[in-house]
Amino acid sequence: MITAVLVVAGIAVVLGALLGYAAIRFRVEGNPVVQEIDKILPQTQCGQCGFAGCHPYAEAIAEGSADINRCPPGGERNIRRLADLLGVEFKPLSDEVAEPKPKSLAVIDESLCIGCTLCIQACPVDAIVGASKQMHTVIASECTGCELCLPPCPVDCIAMVPIEEDLGNWRWKYPANPLKAA
Amino acid sequence: MRKLHSFSGGIHPPEHKERSTREPIAAAPLPPRLIVPLQQHAGTVADPLVRVGDKVLKGQPLAPALGPVSAATHAPTSGTVTGLAPHPAPHPSGLLSLCAVIEADGEDRWTERVPLDWRQADPRAVIDRLRDAGVVGLGGAAFPTAVKARANGRPVEILLLNGGECEPYITCDDMLMRERAPEIFRGIRILRHLTGAREVVVGIEDNKPEAIAAMEAAARASGLTAEVVAVPTLYPAGGEKQLIRVVTGREVPSGGLPLDAGVVCFNVATAHAVQRAVESGEPMVSRVVTVTGNVHAPRNYECLLGTPVGDLAALAGPAADTDGYIMGGPLMGFPVPSGNVPVVKATNCVIASSEALFPKPPPPMPCIRCGRCAEVCPASLQPMDLFWFAKAHNLEKAEAYSLFDCIECGCCDYVCPSHIPLVQYYKFAKGEIRSMKQEKEAADRARRRHEFRQFRQEREKQERAARLASRAPGAKKATARAEALAESQEGE
Repeated sequence: MITAVLVVAGIAVVLGALLGYAAIRFRVEGNPVVQEIDKILPQTQCGQCGFAGCHPYAEAIAEGSADINRCPPGGERNIRRLADLLGVEFKPLSDEVAEPKPKSLAVIDESLCIGCTLCIQACPVDAIVGASKQMHTVIASECTGCELCLPPCPVDCIAMVPIEEDLGNWRWKYPANPLKAA
Repeated sequence: MRKLHSFSGGIHPPEHKERSTREPIAAAPLPPRLIVPLQQHAGTVADPLVRVGDKVLKGQPLAPALGPVSAATHAPTSGTVTGLAPHPAPHPSGLLSLCAVIEADGEDRWTERVPLDWRQADPRAVIDRLRDAGVVGLGGAAFPTAVKARANGRPVEILLLNGGECEPYITCDDMLMRERAPEIFRGIRILRHLTGAREVVVGIEDNKPEAIAAMEAAARASGLTAEVVAVPTLYPAGGEKQLIRVVTGREVPSGGLPLDAGVVCFNVATAHAVQRAVESGEPMVSRVVTVTGNVHAPRNYECLLGTPVGDLAALAGPAADTDGYIMGGPLMGFPVPSGNVPVVKATNCVIASSEALFPKPPPPMPCIRCGRCAEVCPASLQPMDLFWFAKAHNLEKAEAYSLFDCIECGCCDYVCPSHIPLVQYYKFAKGEIRSMKQEKEAADRARRRHEFRQFRQEREKQERAARLASRAPGAKKATARAEALAESQEGE
């Protein structure tokens, strides 16, 4: 009788220690679902969803306080992927958010720029370089097209220029069905 | 005698090759104006070295090679650069690409040509020569030859020369082998020296007996232990992976390179260009192009790169009902937007098309899952499933079904009884997957930059607070007073 109690108690101690160790060793920082959602979001950090960036929106989706259809840059494709990930129904893009626009880049008209640095402070991905009273310019490869630099500019010298198709980014189109076109 | 293997699938389309092999290769006359795209290869492109108004000599570089995967471009003749502007490119999209327009002065005067003694020279110098001479694969993909010849320092067992030329109508490699086999073998020697291959094999489809005979004679004369192998004619036996399979029995792994199977494969025309670049010091400024299809006198022309396709086709006398030109073969080529687009390094064939020659395909009907596409697929894929996934935008699934092993040879299109443009669907799906991956990379970069920005702002805030606390006059007194105030508040 006493051996049985000791054996069971011993097993309990060992397993408890193992579990305790695993809890420390394999500790998961943050909510893994949030990370998964964040991976799908386009990382423009534009705030069009009503949150302060992609990560806060991902958190809100994970805790159920925001819908999956509030991200215009992600478009329908991302809504589908979010629906797949979370096991919910697909919804069309919410009416409360802006219409999706073609992907654009911010371009600073350098002859008008007064060097106020306000756009540099607004850029969520540090894609604008320049200094006080010096001309600013956008690093095209890093610009996400979030448009957050437009409102602070006091002289309206930033324009959003849609990315044009060239030989580098050209892709084959979906084959047209001549029967449908006719 | 080498034991030959086979790949699964393949088709026997009508060849139409005999039409353009009756006459020897002719030198195309110098056109008045040449349009040279600065990017004619896979990989990066550099800024031009010339400006509008500059006088250039034949073989003078127009744009240097830039980065690890690149090749230079050269002026194909002497003359004046009259334009440096976007011009319709020989590309299925018909989009513009930066081109140098050269008004020929008619003298065709060469810049200084420096032959390189490759036996004495450092192999790296020979490879640099290939890059600076703009030598790229002439089989169609225009991959820089210098990159391939470098072989990344990995051992190469077999150097395979591709003389398959399996696509209908095209005969430029056939004629080149018939007429210039000794030069090709001198190029093969250089490539063997660079790659250190133990074995040299030339694979030629058995529908080119004259080329096989010429190459065998040249092989004997060169003293190089090389085997000329006649492979059974079956489209696409000239595909790189297919030829490797037939000649060596080895399989190039999915997503891998021929190098993973110990093989390096060059087109025979590339070997010819290598010989010119190294032994004669001539950069790649011309190539042999088959002009055929709806023309009165189909034949092969050695023409300068940058010759407008329309000018070249005019030499062969296009028939009155010609309605356009196809660059490449009828199965893998594409119609060019106009006769004004130039011949580039990747152009092996120009076919004048007409409604009678290439009738418009009937409208596609639904897939009946007959499985004929799977029977002919040389990559052993399931084309009907890939079609289904591509059509439904189910890209993950298409990729899981090895979409990227598709070589876009068009066998499935050719046999499809419902006339579905299958390859177009695969090209579409591949493009979508590639742009999705690019977007993903851009998003990851944006996330990292955004997170770093937040981290930086936080750090700056803390630093500012610390600075304020330490620098303010009477900082200690202020802290003491604040503490006292806090205590008294707690007391209340």
